[in-house]
Amino acid sequence: MPTIVVEVMPKAELLDPAGKAVTAALHRLGHSTISDVRLGKRFELRVDGEVDADMLKQVEEVAADMLANGVIEDVISVRVDGAGAAGETR
Amino acid sequence: MRIGVITFPGSLDDRDAMRAIRLAGAEPVALWHGTHDLDGVDAIVLPGGFSYGDYLRCGAIAARSPIMHEVIEAANDGMPVLGICNGFQILVETHLLPGGLVKNDHGDFIRRDQRLRVESTASAWTNGFAEGQEITIPLKNGEGGFVADEATLDRLEGEGLVAFRYLDVNPNGSLRDIAGLRNERGNVVGLMPHPEHAVEAGFGPDTSDAMRSGVDGLTFFTSALSSMLART
Repeated sequence: MPTIVVEVMPKAELLDPAGKAVTAALHRLGHSTISDVRLGKRFELRVDGEVDADMLKQVEEVAADMLANGVIEDVISVRVDGAGAAGETR
Repeated sequence: MRIGVITFPGSLDDRDAMRAIRLAGAEPVALWHGTHDLDGVDAIVLPGGFSYGDYLRCGAIAARSPIMHEVIEAANDGMPVLGICNGFQILVETHLLPGGLVKNDHGDFIRRDQRLRVESTASAWTNGFAEGQEITIPLKNGEGGFVADEATLDRLEGEGLVAFRYLDVNPNGSLRDIAGLRNERGNVVGLMPHPEHAVEAGFGPDTSDAMRSGVDGLTFFTSALSSMLART
């Protein structure tokens, strides 16, 4: 069963308090060369059947409409996960 | 006058809101998120809490629950709708109000009696206040930072749609100290602080007169009553 991966990040211009807290903890642990961390979300959507253009379009709409809130977040990528599948980037 | 309070999975302050409605002299009506039934109410309160455990985003899943179809329709027809805290988050997720609410800039959950300035009395839920009146009601949230782009912020200010502003301190990093909004028509209001927790002497914020005697929140609900009477 193919999996479509959607990645969402908080908008770059917004403060990311969770990312700031992680950065501060890393600095306390001595990782001073890590200058910034931002936290986002990764959704893995299992779908029935083949992933075609229509299915990808449907997921892109779902991503923009519900998985992300365009006021505070950006959809970074929508792609098919798994070896040999179309749209794979890894 | 019947005011519905919608309970979502994870709502916390639905019963407090119903109590506030009763103290204001209206009849509270319990509504359930999973239905399409507004039970003929005259106004609606979306209460505070953590609907769906704040999964996805605060208010995001509740905003897409069955009863919200009817709420959005009723709001667009002019029915008074008040969103408190999580209810405000639900209203921005439905786009009945603009902008978004993000994690407090300091990263902590905050609970305090919060002073506010009433910036607009041209709404169903604020018409009983005086313009510029300063009130104190409890605030308690982890994700109350109001954000919107500059153009939206300028429009909100220009059209007088900022309903409440934080005084003394900005408790969560909200842009332009915005604590609450109204829509153009004035029937929809959303805010992060909790009017329903300041409706009965003995259980409200401290005032200069006496401990816990603050009842500034009651005016939200009596305002709705008078605006509903004016509608009929």
